[in-house]
Amino acid sequence: MANFFYSFHFYLFGILALASSLAFVTRKSPVAAALWLVNTMFCLAVLYIMLDAQFIGIIQILVYAGAIMVVFLFVVMLLNLGHPKEISDARGKLPSIVAGALGVIMLALIGVTLRGRMEAPSAVTERVMSAQVERVGAIGAVAEPLFREYLLAFEVTSLVLLVAMIGAVVLGRRRAA
Amino acid sequence: MIFLASLAALQEPVGGSHPLAGTVADLIWLVPALPLLGFLINGILSLTSVAKVGPTDPHAHHEQHAHEGHADAQYDDNDAPTRHRHAKIVSIIGPLVLWAAFGLAASIVGVLAGANAEAPFIRSLFSWMITGDLSADAALQVDQLSMTMTLVVTGVGALIHTFSVGYMQDDPGYPRYFAYLNLFVFFMLVLVLGANLPVVFVGWEGVGLCSYLLIGFWFEDKVNADAGKKAFIMNRIGDFGFLVAMMLLFANLGTLDFLGLREGALQLGEGSALVSAICLFLFLGCTGKSAQIPLYTWLPDAMAGPTPVSALIHAATMVTAGVFLIARTSFLFALAPVASLTVAVMGGLTALFAATIGLKQWDIKKVLAYSTVSQLGYMFVGVGVGAYAAGLFHLVTHAFFKALLFLGSGSVIFAMHRAYHATHKQDDAQDMRNMGGLKSFMPYTFVLMWIATLAIAGIFPLSGFFSKDEILASVFARRHESTLAEAHWLGIPGSAVLTIVYAFGLIAALLTAIYMTRMMLYTFHGQNRTGEAERQHLREAPWVMTGPLVVLGILSAFGGWLNLPEVLPLGPVGMLHHWLEPVTGEPALHITKGAEAHLSHATEYALIGLALAIAVTGIVIAWVRLKPAALVPKEQSPEAEGLERVLAHKYYVDEVYDATIVQPTVGISRNVLWKGMDAGIIDGLFVNGSAYLARAFGWLGARLQSGQVGTYAWILFIGVLVVLGSVAFR
Amino acid sequence: MIAESLALSAALFVIGAVGVLTRRNAIIIFMCVELMLNAVNLSFIAFSKVYGFSGQAIVFFVMTVAAAEAAVGLAIIIAIFRHAQTVNLQNINLLKG
Repeated sequence: MANFFYSFHFYLFGILALASSLAFVTRKSPVAAALWLVNTMFCLAVLYIMLDAQFIGIIQILVYAGAIMVVFLFVVMLLNLGHPKEISDARGKLPSIVAGALGVIMLALIGVTLRGRMEAPSAVTERVMSAQVERVGAIGAVAEPLFREYLLAFEVTSLVLLVAMIGAVVLGRRRAA
Repeated sequence: MIFLASLAALQEPVGGSHPLAGTVADLIWLVPALPLLGFLINGILSLTSVAKVGPTDPHAHHEQHAHEGHADAQYDDNDAPTRHRHAKIVSIIGPLVLWAAFGLAASIVGVLAGANAEAPFIRSLFSWMITGDLSADAALQVDQLSMTMTLVVTGVGALIHTFSVGYMQDDPGYPRYFAYLNLFVFFMLVLVLGANLPVVFVGWEGVGLCSYLLIGFWFEDKVNADAGKKAFIMNRIGDFGFLVAMMLLFANLGTLDFLGLREGALQLGEGSALVSAICLFLFLGCTGKSAQIPLYTWLPDAMAGPTPVSALIHAATMVTAGVFLIARTSFLFALAPVASLTVAVMGGLTALFAATIGLKQWDIKKVLAYSTVSQLGYMFVGVGVGAYAAGLFHLVTHAFFKALLFLGSGSVIFAMHRAYHATHKQDDAQDMRNMGGLKSFMPYTFVLMWIATLAIAGIFPLSGFFSKDEILASVFARRHESTLAEAHWLGIPGSAVLTIVYAFGLIAALLTAIYMTRMMLYTFHGQNRTGEAERQHLREAPWVMTGPLVVLGILSAFGGWLNLPEVLPLGPVGMLHHWLEPVTGEPALHITKGAEAHLSHATEYALIGLALAIAVTGIVIAWVRLKPAALVPKEQSPEAEGLERVLAHKYYVDEVYDATIVQPTVGISRNVLWKGMDAGIIDGLFVNGSAYLARAFGWLGARLQSGQVGTYAWILFIGVLVVLGSVAFR
Repeated sequence: MIAESLALSAALFVIGAVGVLTRRNAIIIFMCVELMLNAVNLSFIAFSKVYGFSGQAIVFFVMTVAAAEAAVGLAIIIAIFRHAQTVNLQNINLLKG
């Protein structure tokens, strides 16, 4: 894995994701922001695939970028928010600076927390994992924990989706008077 | 009844081996309990009746005089006095509890006399304080000293209660008066019967309280209320001394009951600074309670109370508590010659000082007040030089003749008031310049008061002669061969100090004779200056008032028999002295270094002759030089000048105290404590400040609750940072 | 790679958080939240290289819940817009009190 091709593209898409997210956060128009977010998600999907989570990468594109962001854009369209009327809808200079500072602090804290506490991937785990993939395929490898350890969570998730659907319908209804 | 029953369920008397256990002495608790019962009953009766407690007479004079006698306050439209609704019951219960207590005390004395007990009989009622090392029971002590005082308190008290039935008959606060008076007797008995210092202190404080209540009995007049306050506050200053002494004793001896203190007293070190300090602090308490220099100024002002109160509290009993205390703790004073000398010096000084003031007072009660202060000085001289029995002897005889003098003056004032009210005249009924020639109107009172006057002057064979003479002889005897004579007081050798004290005593005796004769002259002799119209109404007081006077007169005349001196063996010698020996004998012997202070008979006769001569001289001087005919009624009297003015204004001591102590205290209290601390710091900083702080936090909190999701997001984020921070740096 | 992924994940998360704090438009705030979730997903995937496939399963759940949440959240935003005619969150303080 540690070859140049791999690292180069990893860094490339990493930087692209970072840049897209920065662009996303600073757009005035909701539509532009949404599209930049979509771009970020694409880059992340690439990264997922490069990290041997192929299934998740594809799902990211299909579900996150393809469904969720589309819903966002639908709502923007519905509410006719596409035209940015205000000059900027950020809170102002001072809050922005303070927020930025807080962000830097958080970054530093995360760095401190993680420093020296990370494990390197061991060769054993690598072999086990690739053996598993050989056996049942990439999707099968993800499905195994899904239907074994996290079966209950899986079933509950389906319930969550049901409730969300009902909730969205209920909330979206026009009330009489 | 329940109260009595619960008292009966108290602890069984301890020390079954004491000869007095199982006798009527077990009922000693009943002696104070009876007046307490009287207080409860009279108090309830007082509370249930809605009578006003002040004068309602539209003609009542509200001048700024401290002596406003409102003995005849309640008058209806027909100007006839109306009595209180419950007067009949109160008239019976008030004196009755006192007579019963006296009877019980007398029987206990009888048992005590026959029992030959070595140690005092302690009747412990219940366990009062047990904290840490301190264990104080509510215990009463039956011994010769306490029973002597008990007899005086209940006996004279009973007579005064009976007198009050007549004196206070028209007062709207009649039941309240008897309630307070009974309460006072209760506390006084607790004081004299207490077996340990805390119990004595309870009584000490209690009599101070009752003194305040009774001095300010007619409190609607501000002057009276002020007098009550003054008495209480000055007492309190003395009480500080008492408390410090108690604490020192406890810290060093670990006990506070008299038996224990007596046993451990020597550990304090003879003549040490510690025992001197303790005794001086005790004496400070005595100066407050017994009106010695410097805390005496409350006593003349206390004449604002009803006259029987002045007789009981400020002549016979409460003010003698200081003398009693020194006698009680005689084993301490005997170990501290410097303190004893201080007591004697202050006593002598006070005796002289007060006597000079008495020379120029016009209010009859003020004369007697200063006389009391002076005679108390004599008593302190007695106990100061270690002649404890002599001091107590004078206490007893003084109770007789001073009570007689006060009650007699009460009869006079009563008659004057009746006269003034009959003619609606607004004048001072207590000023001697308005009296004169009363002997033809009040013959019995006249005779009895002369008996008392001769007694106080010290004329043979009345009681005052014996007691005063014994004190003076004791002082004289201890100038040589005693621990006092060998000690030094402020650098002056003790023998010189004692000689000076003796001289003070003689001069004071002279002045006593003078001012008492002056009082009698102006009041009873000469022409009557009360006025034509009033004269017809002057008459003797009713028998309920004159009766007790007669009893006191007999006691004043023959009281000397209690303790006849050796050189005049007209009867049993030194009865009181021997009687008190188990309590005061040892300490007294310690001071006189074992020898019973023998003066040769020749010296004694000389001293007696000297004292007698001085007394007679005083009377003669007064008789010859004072001319009652030259007096005019108070309204027309000229202002005093020069020395007379200084004496009449009591050397301006009150004014000095006011300027140097009272005003600065008031000033500091007002400006520093009130405005500075109370209003500024406590109210402003703490109370208002904390409210401000709470409001500020509230404002902050309200701002946080903006309802906007964005604000909550900020707070969430900051919270996460905090948690992350605490985890990151672990 | 894992360290870099985690660094990127942290950076994306912080950017998303700052966005939430700074912006007033409700939809954009919501999208910033989605960005934060994505950052977390990346972190999980990175860790799955070390600890096994459970990480990817969890990402699966996260995405599912994110979808549900997006649906309901946008429905709420629509409802608020109908009521207040604006999605500027600074003017909406119905939570007050």
